[in-house]
Amino acid sequence: MADTQTLVRQKTASKAEQAGLATRRAPLAGKQGGSATVILVPAEAASRISLRARAEDVGALSKGLGLALPVKPKTSATAGERTALWLGPDEWLVIDQSGADLVAVAASSGALHSATDVSHRNTAVIVSGPGAAAAINSGCPQDLALAVFPVGACSRTIFGKAEIVLWRMAEDKFRVECWRSFSEYVFGLLSEGAEDAAL
Amino acid sequence: MSGANRIAGAGRLTPAKTARFTFDGKSYTALQGDTVASALLANGVHLVGRSFKYHRPRGILSAGAEEPNALIDVARDSARKQPNVRATVQEVFDGAIVSSQNRWPSLAFDVNGVNNLLSPFFAAGFYYKTFMWPKNAWHKLYEPFIRRSAGLGVAPKEADPDHYSSRYAHCDVLVVGAGIAGLSAALAAAATGASVVLCDEQPEVGGALHYDSGVTIDGTPGYDWAQATAARLAAMPNVKLMTRTTAFGYYNHNFVGLAERVTDHLADPDRTQPRERLWQVRAKRVIIANGAIERHMVFANNDRPGIMLASAARTYLNHFGVAVGAKVGVFTAHDSAYEAAFDLKRAGVAIAAIVDCRDRPGEAVLAEARKLGIEVLTGHSVTNTAGKLRVSSMTVARNGSNAGRRINIDALLVSAGWTPSIHLFSQSRGKVKFDAEHQRFLPGTYAQESVSVGACNGTDALQATIDEAIAAGEDMARAAGATAGGKVTVNAQSTFEWTGGMIGAGEGAGPDTTVKAFIDFQHDVCAKDIRLAVREGMHSIEHIKRFTTNGMASDQGKLSNMHGLAIAADALGKEIPKVGLTTFRAPYTPVTFGTLINHSRGKLFDPARKTPIHPWAEAHGAEFEDVGNWKRAWFFPKAGETMHQAVDRECKTVRNVAGVFDASTLGKIEVVGPDAAEFLNLIYTNAWDSLKPGRCRYGIMLREDGFVYDDGVVGRLAEDRFHVTTTTGGAPRVLHHMEDYLQTEFPHLKVWLTSATEQWAVIAVQGPKAREIIAPLVEGIDISNEAFPHMSVAEGKICGVPTRLFRMSFTGELGFEINVPADYGQAIWEAVWARAEPMGACAYGTETMHVLRAEKGYIIVGQDTDGTVTPDDASLNWAVSKKKSDFVGIRGLKRPDLVKDGRKQLVGLVTKDPKTVLEEGAQIVADPNEPKPMTMLGHVTSSYWSENCGRSIAFALVAGGRARTGQTLYVPMPDKTIAVEVTDMVFFDKEGGRIHG
Repeated sequence: MADTQTLVRQKTASKAEQAGLATRRAPLAGKQGGSATVILVPAEAASRISLRARAEDVGALSKGLGLALPVKPKTSATAGERTALWLGPDEWLVIDQSGADLVAVAASSGALHSATDVSHRNTAVIVSGPGAAAAINSGCPQDLALAVFPVGACSRTIFGKAEIVLWRMAEDKFRVECWRSFSEYVFGLLSEGAEDAAL
Repeated sequence: MSGANRIAGAGRLTPAKTARFTFDGKSYTALQGDTVASALLANGVHLVGRSFKYHRPRGILSAGAEEPNALIDVARDSARKQPNVRATVQEVFDGAIVSSQNRWPSLAFDVNGVNNLLSPFFAAGFYYKTFMWPKNAWHKLYEPFIRRSAGLGVAPKEADPDHYSSRYAHCDVLVVGAGIAGLSAALAAAATGASVVLCDEQPEVGGALHYDSGVTIDGTPGYDWAQATAARLAAMPNVKLMTRTTAFGYYNHNFVGLAERVTDHLADPDRTQPRERLWQVRAKRVIIANGAIERHMVFANNDRPGIMLASAARTYLNHFGVAVGAKVGVFTAHDSAYEAAFDLKRAGVAIAAIVDCRDRPGEAVLAEARKLGIEVLTGHSVTNTAGKLRVSSMTVARNGSNAGRRINIDALLVSAGWTPSIHLFSQSRGKVKFDAEHQRFLPGTYAQESVSVGACNGTDALQATIDEAIAAGEDMARAAGATAGGKVTVNAQSTFEWTGGMIGAGEGAGPDTTVKAFIDFQHDVCAKDIRLAVREGMHSIEHIKRFTTNGMASDQGKLSNMHGLAIAADALGKEIPKVGLTTFRAPYTPVTFGTLINHSRGKLFDPARKTPIHPWAEAHGAEFEDVGNWKRAWFFPKAGETMHQAVDRECKTVRNVAGVFDASTLGKIEVVGPDAAEFLNLIYTNAWDSLKPGRCRYGIMLREDGFVYDDGVVGRLAEDRFHVTTTTGGAPRVLHHMEDYLQTEFPHLKVWLTSATEQWAVIAVQGPKAREIIAPLVEGIDISNEAFPHMSVAEGKICGVPTRLFRMSFTGELGFEINVPADYGQAIWEAVWARAEPMGACAYGTETMHVLRAEKGYIIVGQDTDGTVTPDDASLNWAVSKKKSDFVGIRGLKRPDLVKDGRKQLVGLVTKDPKTVLEEGAQIVADPNEPKPMTMLGHVTSSYWSENCGRSIAFALVAGGRARTGQTLYVPMPDKTIAVEVTDMVFFDKEGGRIHG
């Protein structure tokens, strides 16, 4: 067993050397889970920034980012591969699936702001299926009824003992963002929640 | 045959569906749907337990959650085993192993039954008085004895193999209780389109309709109407109906805890199912429809097996088809008990007599009794009973007369009337009011958005209950925002209207008697105990409760509270409301620990935070230590090495060659904005505007009171961007501290804070060969000593990956800290390791890090400081700006106590014997021969064996410490006194040249 692991490590290391690049290892790589009604999949790598700005600079930043930064609580805005999630009156989590350099994009706006790269700080689990909301409600006290938490809604909230950012991508599809060192815990609790949601 | 006392045609269970179980090793047959209580009664078993204090034989008193007596142990196997289960709510499943408790060697012959004879010595308050003296007997004798006798049942020793789950839910209207009132309220609320959760603790809805056969609703028998209504509700998309679900706690803002029992009633549960599920429901409105609980009568020897509540006997007959006796007496103060007698009589059971302590019972029930030929003795009371393991006779006397006659019976049904269940209302912080006419407490002033309906609200008449519930259902739904139409009407008739009720002691159990007239069965509290408490000077009901333990058992006095209160009020000569009611606490009925912790066990007990490099450390044999929630590599033992050997080797290797260390857990905060430097000037004691981009500085931050709060190195990446590091454990609170000041004190500053702890994996490479190790991997940064001196920071690439490279050191050696995006952490570590290992460098852990920093006199905030240490105490005055006019803590530092002489200061200690390693936390004295209590000068904060110094080293906080340099002090230990010398804090490379190598 240990030998196999060493072999695999050597193989990946040599591959990375050939490419001249270090290997990227996602915290949830290889994880899978779910139940009859819930599918749990680690999200693909994405670039992310924690964006902070005052109200008067939202317009310019929106132009720069190519989407209207949401200003209402629990809302998000998506344009193409890029989504901005409202986290607070002056705070957004911007996620870009294409891997764009969001710090540079935000800087191009010329507006006063703070953009901090958190692409690697966060990781995410995509929770989908008819039992998705119930699985999340195993540890998240938010009301996930469609009327209250519609498609596009988002919230920085808790899941068991971990902080998460929850974003409803579709009626039965959520993105659960968390800090990487909490991801094993979050995935584990989601797995138990998913099983319970299928009963 | 499912029991000799099963009456053909009676009850609602199916005779063909049986289940086998054992009770104290004997096998019995039950019907599916039986509770353990109903199945035992069907088999003629009344004796099911022994009382807690006197070990008196006890039977089944009730048919519900209020049961104080019939506590049993229910097991599937040696691990799936639960003590103190109420036999009246535990459903029988095939293969159940049921045992009685609190008896030895057997239920019928219990040695501790002698306590009953000794009871004059066990009066209320016995423990408080007896175990006061002699003082030293407490630990050796009394406490072990009390602990052994205390508590009922035996907890299983094995780990619980079942699992439990949790769910949060929201609804417009939560209806607690699915009896007539709850069902009616839920119907009305659901008709408006509101989202409704309806829960009930029983396996089926119906509540009182389980026993009350005299109710017709919308033309059908009440129980059938309830089941049909439940089916209707369950089919509605906006309704969630949960049976076997107890609302056990009512918390703030209509937050209600429900415990759903999922598998406890199943013979062969699907193991994927949780045993129980915790529901945490946030409801816009709550409708409490908890009904009422029947009280027993308080008279001498009212606790014998076979004596039970009248409504319970009716439940056993009408729902379970079980006759609780063949010759049954009734003792009542309320009309409802008559109906139990009527039902039993019609089922063919002999009724010895109905003894009614009232002179004028309800006319209708009297007439019906006459019609059925049942003898009714009004103005009479049962003054005593006989029967060792089951009641065999009752003594009946005219009220006020001593002459009684004995009537042989094998069961006695009692009713003193009904106590509204205001438990949840009281838990919601509602204030109760006293209904003097009916001698009961009712919901008065509401503290939350809720309403009580039906019997728990003092509404007794059937149609009035329904009308009240329907109105509440609609009102609450509308208040929660529901708009759809839909009127609900429900019409019901009952055979009899009930009157009556009493609280307190009955005939023959008055103030002049010493008979055992039990009010609290579970804690063996009698009427006389309450009076004793009053005589002993307890005047508050809270004191009386604690002195007698009335209502303090696991049933929380559901039957006993009102009786106890009435007797206390009588003894005190006060009105009941003046004596007051004790507050009801959650949980309403016991909740298992499994339900409360649900998913939080094993790996999900607490997040175990691991760094990106964790898998490598694990594969290389690291031992880990917990730092907060983090798992940090502690040391890397080679085969056969002890911890000390490994740490000594790592310490030597770092100083002689180099070492590689995972510092990823260090807190990191990115401080960004045009006012970033100004903000740091205010947060830290030292100056930041003078720091050039590309340079780093060590900073300390204080609390307002002037004491050291955290420290760390801050790098300036650009004019408007700083990379702040904090201690591992301090990361979250330092960010909060900074945010707090930014938002409340310095909101004018244009600066933002972001936690970047987990964005970066941090690889520290420390030692003389550090530069040689990383040089070929780094691109775009000149890391020569001239271009990149100690305390530099630069952005570039390493192995093609972006890096923030710091030249800094927590070892005193030439050192670098490589920050890379976390997903690349392990790959870069491996690349560094591939160069480091052949050079003879090592991977080292936190223990070596601690030793190396101590060798250099570097402190750890939180270990060498304890929240009472100023920068000067820690010899860090050099890091406090003398020029700045303001920073957090600047005023605190000027407090007289913080500048006076003789404060404890951090100093170095070396033991006279270099081999002796001090114990961290050990106290320090100047004169080891001083008589106790000795004058303690301070304590050891850090202590290690330093292989590099060839001796032990230590830090200590010592009063007037720096002035004592060179002095000999003493560390008294249990086995010896250790002489130490006070030194400065730098033990290795005092000149500090190595760091600039």
